Amino acid sequence: MADLMQQPITWGSVSLMVLSAAVLLLIVLGYVTYAILFERKVIGWIQGRHGPNRLGPFGLLQTVADVIKLLIKEDIVPRNADRALFILAPVIVFVPSFTVLATIPYTRNLPFADLNVGLLYYAAISSISALGMLLGGWASNNKYSLIGGMRSAAQMISYEIPLVISFIGVILMSGSLRLSTIVEEQGPWFWQWNFVPQILGFLVFIVAALAELNRTPFDLPEAESELVAGYFTEYSGFRFAFFMLAEYVYVYAIAALTTILFLGGWHPPFPFLDFIPGIIWFLLKFCLVVFTIFWIRATMPRMRGDHLMSFGWKVLLPLSLINVFITAVVLEILR
Amino acid sequence: MEEYNASYLLVAIFIALGIFLPVAALTLGRLLRPKKPEEMKYTTYESGVDPVGSGNIRFNIRYYIFALMFVLFDVEIVFLYPWAVAYGQLGLFALIEMLIFIVLFLVGLIYAWKKKVLKWTTF
Repeated sequence: MADLMQQPITWGSVSLMVLSAAVLLLIVLGYVTYAILFERKVIGWIQGRHGPNRLGPFGLLQTVADVIKLLIKEDIVPRNADRALFILAPVIVFVPSFTVLATIPYTRNLPFADLNVGLLYYAAISSISALGMLLGGWASNNKYSLIGGMRSAAQMISYEIPLVISFIGVILMSGSLRLSTIVEEQGPWFWQWNFVPQILGFLVFIVAALAELNRTPFDLPEAESELVAGYFTEYSGFRFAFFMLAEYVYVYAIAALTTILFLGGWHPPFPFLDFIPGIIWFLLKFCLVVFTIFWIRATMPRMRGDHLMSFGWKVLLPLSLINVFITAVVLEILR
Repeated sequence: MEEYNASYLLVAIFIALGIFLPVAALTLGRLLRPKKPEEMKYTTYESGVDPVGSGNIRFNIRYYIFALMFVLFDVEIVFLYPWAVAYGQLGLFALIEMLIFIVLFLVGLIYAWKKKVLKWTTF
């Protein structure tokens, strides 16, 4: 893959790129299928239940059946909805969620599009999804959807700022926006990875990322006890499926980004474990982050709306700015 | 240069695939799903009763204020990113300059805080 990007562009290299992107898309779809099952299983075990266990061994076919069910559901667009925007909204939510994956490097030899502005690209593209949620909520012409859409937009823009500022500490440490350089700059021992020197930034990042994912304890946009289903109340069948798909693809993206920025990417925790390939370490850390996200969902109750907004602006934003300054001052002293 | 072009070409391929998947899935779904139009199916959902009034209700002005504050801080971040990348070569002077810049924004945040903009009475 790394060699492919160095070559001049020919039809052969373009078709290889299309093939690799399509393979990644299939991997992501497979991941989403089993991430949903894994989430339901984990939450089941934590609550002393079995989780889905009827379809296939250990319920392995449960999500496949759910997808088929969604595919053969009737497609209903409400009469009062703004038809064009209603159809467009799930696509606007999904496309950025997949596009951000273009810049994620998995190992030294598997970087995909290793942009020199990788982190900025991630921050810029991922924020487009909030627009799709707002559009979907507005186009449904439904009160629950509208309130859910407004809430999502307010929450996503409020938590995007601490999230993006928490990246700056990492950029200061490595002096680059290129994700592969950020990984290479982190040392071989696990206490040299960014989550130790950037502990404050790491905590802000995790909290803000959970809020960006609209997951518990920050899942107010879909607070079903008050808003039915939030911005996708009117959506059914496969249009609804694309909202859910985008949500889980973002879990993938955030887990991969956490691994790259703070957990040392493909580096083993100790240099003498170097004989195990980097992709294994990457996947192990990735799975750990995904599990933690599901674990938090099963553990935490939902936050109250006013607490959510004031926490973002009054706690996370000042903390993330303080982190930038502590990092900058320490780097200046150490120089 | 080759790598630069190839990288952005790959990004374009990702965007194209991202659009292709929903279009393909919904087109395939059209062949599989039933279509039995019925008047009641197309009404707006409102907990099982007929919808009252229009769906486009008025909502709280606070959302707009938060959007404004978001734009302000996003512009700040646009300046912080190149600063952070080049910080290794810039040194103490850049640090103090950025400190002044951020303090100006913090004054705005504290002003909004004191004006109770950040306090949600209704959500």
